Amino acid sequence: MGDAVTPALALKDVTKSFGPIEVLHGIDFDLHPGEVHALIGENGAGKSTMMKILGGFLEPTSGQVLLDGAPAPFRSGPEAEARGVVVIHQEFNLAQDLSVSQNIWLGREMGRFFLDHKAMRHATQALLDQLECRVSPDARVHDLPVSDRQMVEIAKALSRNARVLIMDEPSAVLTSHEVQVLFRQIERLRAAGVALLYTSHRLEEVNHLADRITVLRDGAVVRRALRGELTEDCMATAMVGRDLKDIYPPRRSDFGPVVLEVADFAVPPLVEGIGFSLRRGEVLGISGLVGSGRTELAEGLVGLRPHTGTLRRNGAPVTLRSLSDAEDHGLAYLTEDRKERGLLLDKSLRENLTLSTLKRFGSPFLSREAEEAALGKAIQDFDIRAPKRDMAVGNLSGGNQQKLLLAKTMLPEPQIVIIDEPTRGIDIGTKSQIYHFIDRLAREGLSVIVISSDMPEILGLSDRILVMRQGRVAGVLEGAAITETAVVRLVMGTSESEKASENA
Amino acid sequence: MRNLSLSTLGPLAALILLIVLGASLNDNFLSAANITNVLARSAFIGMIAVGMTFVITSGGLDLSVGSMAAFVAGMVILAMNALQPQLGVGLPLALIGIGTALAVGLLAGLANGLLVTRVGIEPFIVTLGTMGIFRSLVTWLADGGTLSLDFAMREYIGPIYYGGIFGISWPIITFALVVVIGEIAMRHTRFGRYAEAIGSNDKVARYSAVRVERIRLMTYVFLGLLVGLATILYVPRLGSASGSTGLLWELEAIAAVIIGGTALKGGFGRVWGTVVGVLILSLIGNILNLANLVSPYLNGAIQGVIIVLAVVLQRKKTSAEGR
Repeated sequence: MGDAVTPALALKDVTKSFGPIEVLHGIDFDLHPGEVHALIGENGAGKSTMMKILGGFLEPTSGQVLLDGAPAPFRSGPEAEARGVVVIHQEFNLAQDLSVSQNIWLGREMGRFFLDHKAMRHATQALLDQLECRVSPDARVHDLPVSDRQMVEIAKALSRNARVLIMDEPSAVLTSHEVQVLFRQIERLRAAGVALLYTSHRLEEVNHLADRITVLRDGAVVRRALRGELTEDCMATAMVGRDLKDIYPPRRSDFGPVVLEVADFAVPPLVEGIGFSLRRGEVLGISGLVGSGRTELAEGLVGLRPHTGTLRRNGAPVTLRSLSDAEDHGLAYLTEDRKERGLLLDKSLRENLTLSTLKRFGSPFLSREAEEAALGKAIQDFDIRAPKRDMAVGNLSGGNQQKLLLAKTMLPEPQIVIIDEPTRGIDIGTKSQIYHFIDRLAREGLSVIVISSDMPEILGLSDRILVMRQGRVAGVLEGAAITETAVVRLVMGTSESEKASENA
Repeated sequence: MRNLSLSTLGPLAALILLIVLGASLNDNFLSAANITNVLARSAFIGMIAVGMTFVITSGGLDLSVGSMAAFVAGMVILAMNALQPQLGVGLPLALIGIGTALAVGLLAGLANGLLVTRVGIEPFIVTLGTMGIFRSLVTWLADGGTLSLDFAMREYIGPIYYGGIFGISWPIITFALVVVIGEIAMRHTRFGRYAEAIGSNDKVARYSAVRVERIRLMTYVFLGLLVGLATILYVPRLGSASGSTGLLWELEAIAAVIIGGTALKGGFGRVWGTVVGVLILSLIGNILNLANLVSPYLNGAIQGVIIVLAVVLQRKKTSAEGR
């Protein structure tokens, strides 16, 4: 590498095989001090494997990992960390029952014979302040929402004075405000000479942040570019390997009568005074910060949480005390937490698909044939790509898991479906597919409520947008009034007067 | 079937190995008398272990079954002795005994289940508590000694343990029935599927409209009923109950479940595996008694080694499966 600047961390002709299958083919890659290098690619392109090799969690089958130009065969993550290479994983490495401060200093506690709690708490507070994160150092990680856990994970990395920081989709669970804070931190670290590797499925973030971009497809580098050389469209095309013209389906215009009316709806303690209506064939987007009560509202509507207020289905008042009540009235809910609430990761596709509708598959004895037939149909309808039918769902890619969860949610044939974060942590190709599934459902006469933190998604998908703030409706936007600025204003609550006018 | 090949064949191979070993060490090992003896002795623990399989599969645990069996036996004997003057020795009194056993077993299971599901206490703690309570109650009822069934009645119900049809004794037949019902319930009914789902991830089950608490409660009640059933077959054998009846049965039942490939953390239940586990544990004792190789006092040590070994082997397999 005769360059003037030696890369902080580099891969040289690295391959990686699992058994007979080679998943990375001859990768050359480098990270320079003081730059943000974005690594993008679809799920399954090999990003995670590559990051694990960089972070010392996997050893390459052939080729070399170079630290400051010298071969550095890390044998473990901690070994790489000791040399300044820190990875922030997508699945957090936090001890749920320990406090924020205990987590950040885990394995490097301050104090000699006795722990110096005070010093650790102060240091933690300083880190959190830097991140504008209002979590207490003594809060238990267990009690924190996902976005705060991400911030704790970032604080932990900062505390290690990383020279190389590898971030695996840090923004996936953050709201736009938190993403802004994250970006400021990334820029600060860049200015301080840290080499940063950043991955995200949100291409506008990549465009905004990255000094260099490497596109990975099927285990090989297919494109390298400098800042400004690639438009978002070009990135998507390079990732997918084909043109992605219409990520979002066209808007619908043919709506039927009102199928659901919500009035004075409350889900204590946060959500209050919610009222809206939903028409047949409509996609209603719900936007708002994480913690604004979106998920609580959805879970209240389908009977998963205690609630008060009136619900009218096709004009008739209904009471939904449980998820099965909701199902009886044609409502279904797809959870935002695919891995913890949506799917049984160590069970097969079939067992997952039919879990919530098992009564339809035979009583008292279950019919394996009927279940297999339903799975066959789901695989076809939702284009689920599973190497083997009886494999554990946890081994499917995120996109295919999400498609299976969608199939599971649609199995009771609901007329109203609430989809909470339809595409979290999913590659652009599958995202587009899911958007078209949602569109197809709406055109077939279903009513869909989509809850999302992803701004382009909510803008591209919704016929109307309801914005929530602090547990209340901040406003509803429709038709030409749907613009990014309008939504952001309502989300942040910047202009009271405009809110009033849009609300009318 | 991937699951069949990996988790079930290991214990099965161990069982076959034990049978071959037993046969080569002692000619009487494969005699009808010995086989009947081993199976009949396995039947009590076996029935309880089938129930335990459901409790563990759904993410629970029941440490109280041994004490529960002693308590049920004590209640059965007290009830029959108390009513013998009015009813006399005969079928009605025997039916009273059977009814008492099932009712007390059901109520005891219900108590465990309600404390776990309604009050929300860890199963380990709940059943640690009831384990002490049941055993203490039977000791108290027996006034520190032994509760004995009246001799005439003991004669009358003897055939429940010693009798049978086609040369197969009732405990073995009942055990076989329980296994078949358990296997069908686990593999082919919603109850079994829900139990696995809850043990795998109870949040996912709740979000899938599964009535988590009800299914959990049902697993404890089912186990309680099976403890009652096992006691019905056990009482005629000795005709007595004391503070040491059913001692350590809970550990043997749990061990059988684990050896059989059911995950202790829940999510995967194998009724057939449990049967294999029960047989492995009984055969070890039987072989040690028949052959003079090792002192029978080391029975527990060898069983312990087998339990640990079984889990180690299963872990290796699952990690190999993972990649």
